[in-house]
Amino acid sequence: MQFPTSSGLVRAVDGISFDVDRGEVVGVVGESGSGKTMTALSLLRLVPEPGKITGRILFGDNDVLEMTDEEIREFRGNQVAMIFQDPMTSMNPVLRVGFQIEEAMAAHKRFSGQQSRDRVVPMLQRVRIPAAQERVRDFPHQFSGGMRQRAMIAMGLSNEPSLLIADEPTTALDVTVQASIIELLRDLSRELRAAVILITHNMALVASLCNRVIVMYAGRVVEQGSTRAIFKNPQHPYTWSLLKSMPRMDEVGKERLVSIKGVPPDLGKLPDGCKFHPRCRFKVDRCLTEEPPLEEVGPGQLARCWVLMKNVANPEMQR
Amino acid sequence: MQPSTVTAATDPTIKTPLLRVENVVKHFPTGGAFGRAVVHAVDDVSLAIAQGETLGLVGESGCGKSTLGRLIVQLQPVTSGHVFFKDTDLTKLRGEKLRRIRQQVQMIFQDPYASLNPRMTVGDIVSEPLRNFRIARGRKAEQRVQEVMRVVGLNPGFVNRYPHEFSGGQRQRIGIARALVLNPTFMVADEPVSALDVSIQAQIVNLMEDLQQQFNLTYLFIAHELAVVRHISDRIAVMYLGKIVEIGPSDAIRDKPLHPYTKVLESSVPVPDPDLEAERKPILLKGEIPSPVNPPPACRFHTRCPIAQKICSEVEPPLEMKERGRFVACHFPGQL
Repeated sequence: MQFPTSSGLVRAVDGISFDVDRGEVVGVVGESGSGKTMTALSLLRLVPEPGKITGRILFGDNDVLEMTDEEIREFRGNQVAMIFQDPMTSMNPVLRVGFQIEEAMAAHKRFSGQQSRDRVVPMLQRVRIPAAQERVRDFPHQFSGGMRQRAMIAMGLSNEPSLLIADEPTTALDVTVQASIIELLRDLSRELRAAVILITHNMALVASLCNRVIVMYAGRVVEQGSTRAIFKNPQHPYTWSLLKSMPRMDEVGKERLVSIKGVPPDLGKLPDGCKFHPRCRFKVDRCLTEEPPLEEVGPGQLARCWVLMKNVANPEMQR
Repeated sequence: MQPSTVTAATDPTIKTPLLRVENVVKHFPTGGAFGRAVVHAVDDVSLAIAQGETLGLVGESGCGKSTLGRLIVQLQPVTSGHVFFKDTDLTKLRGEKLRRIRQQVQMIFQDPYASLNPRMTVGDIVSEPLRNFRIARGRKAEQRVQEVMRVVGLNPGFVNRYPHEFSGGQRQRIGIARALVLNPTFMVADEPVSALDVSIQAQIVNLMEDLQQQFNLTYLFIAHELAVVRHISDRIAVMYLGKIVEIGPSDAIRDKPLHPYTKVLESSVPVPDPDLEAERKPILLKGEIPSPVNPPPACRFHTRCPIAQKICSEVEPPLEMKERGRFVACHFPGQL
């Protein structure tokens, strides 16, 4: 996925490959500018102009990049649902919540007008909006942040999609509300047997919800694998540092946090070699000049690193 | 000692309090249908902060934690109550006397983008307090600015740059440098890392810990993220709808929360470990947070509390010391 800019072509996402099965939750983690949101937009061919996508995006046997306008419309509306971070700006403030959900169903013609109308209240009940029967006539501003996010999820699920993409679905919410949305997403992914892609910067959320993880840095996948492997045995220094940099509720005493020096790079001015090397405390000479490939480092685990954490003794002691 | 006279402001475990907040109330009048509605932002809050410690203040949006921070540094006047810094009641000070004491009481803000004037250079931003308080000018001020910039990890060669030329983390360092330049003893940090990328948060948390060591600073660290607050704080105060529901040492609060709301918060925080996550059972709250315009009577948490009894809607539980150094406002502490 690349954008032409005044300083040349910028690759916002560079060579990402992954698959998601029904009933599975895959997490895409990274910081701002890592390319995680662009990855999600690419999947729906929603990349803003003048961005260009190359490669293949297969949904079942169909390539999303080859679809006609009519097909992509059908795909976006009936097969996929996207949930965004900010539920306030993703709803129309002057239309009743129930009407907006009904409209989303009617627009894609899977259900008749009457069927759509009848499905609204059960959908709101399914995402556990209390007193759904009455609240369906509310306007978005009458809902709290958590309820708006639930309503957005109901809208997304109303056409029974087989793929759900959630982009930072809990970031704007309070912790107790966040907990209830996580539980809801977990239940829905099981109930509906939908494939879920969770895009987030929060590693703890990934540990809670995902079967597999993709860690992105500077538009690249730097590590991917099962959640267990990534959290128990991270091989890329970036993944390792991210996990060590987070204060944990279960830590004993006051261990000093491992900080990653510097800032994420500007995609227009990427360093040579490994894109993480200027911030990496384990780099060797080769990292400065040659970019490592994404290679298998364990069963189903891939990492893009010349060093790998399993070859570092006492990583905490190194500066 | 009679238990009835011990309040969170006179916590016997705090030998040398730097700050004491006593029965602080802040009401904001709002329009309302009849023009009489009042937001009960902070309601009868008492606490003490010991010299050199970090007190964490947690709660969800709208609980009044930021307002309490602003009341403490006198950015807003209290409706009633007292804020004692050392032995001076800040709420009684006006004009020059308040200005003098403000040198010792500084604030760091959440949004490093909005809290720095975009048309001032970093040098001007950091040296402004020196000029305002007529502490140093010219060459001397320059030297002090460079010294402080070095202390917070900014290149002193960047004094002539503007805020937009820096990343979010560096801007937060500028905000810290500005707060530090007057050699304060006490700092209120209002969500100082919430707006930063994960890899940058640890840099700022570590910096704040280093500065505390180096300059014997006392912090009030306000945040909604319990994991960060537990990490940096010696003690934690938990707020719900304008009231403090629990105060105590951070590890004790994490290991054995006494107030049901604290327990709910603690159970809601995910841990970056898939095995522990498979075990964790968050306690989900029913309903929504009530409006601070019309808070529930008696215990404000009773409408959502999983263990509420009849008495909880009739009698307000005072914030009382239940164990040494642990204060809880609940009729049934430790029972959830």
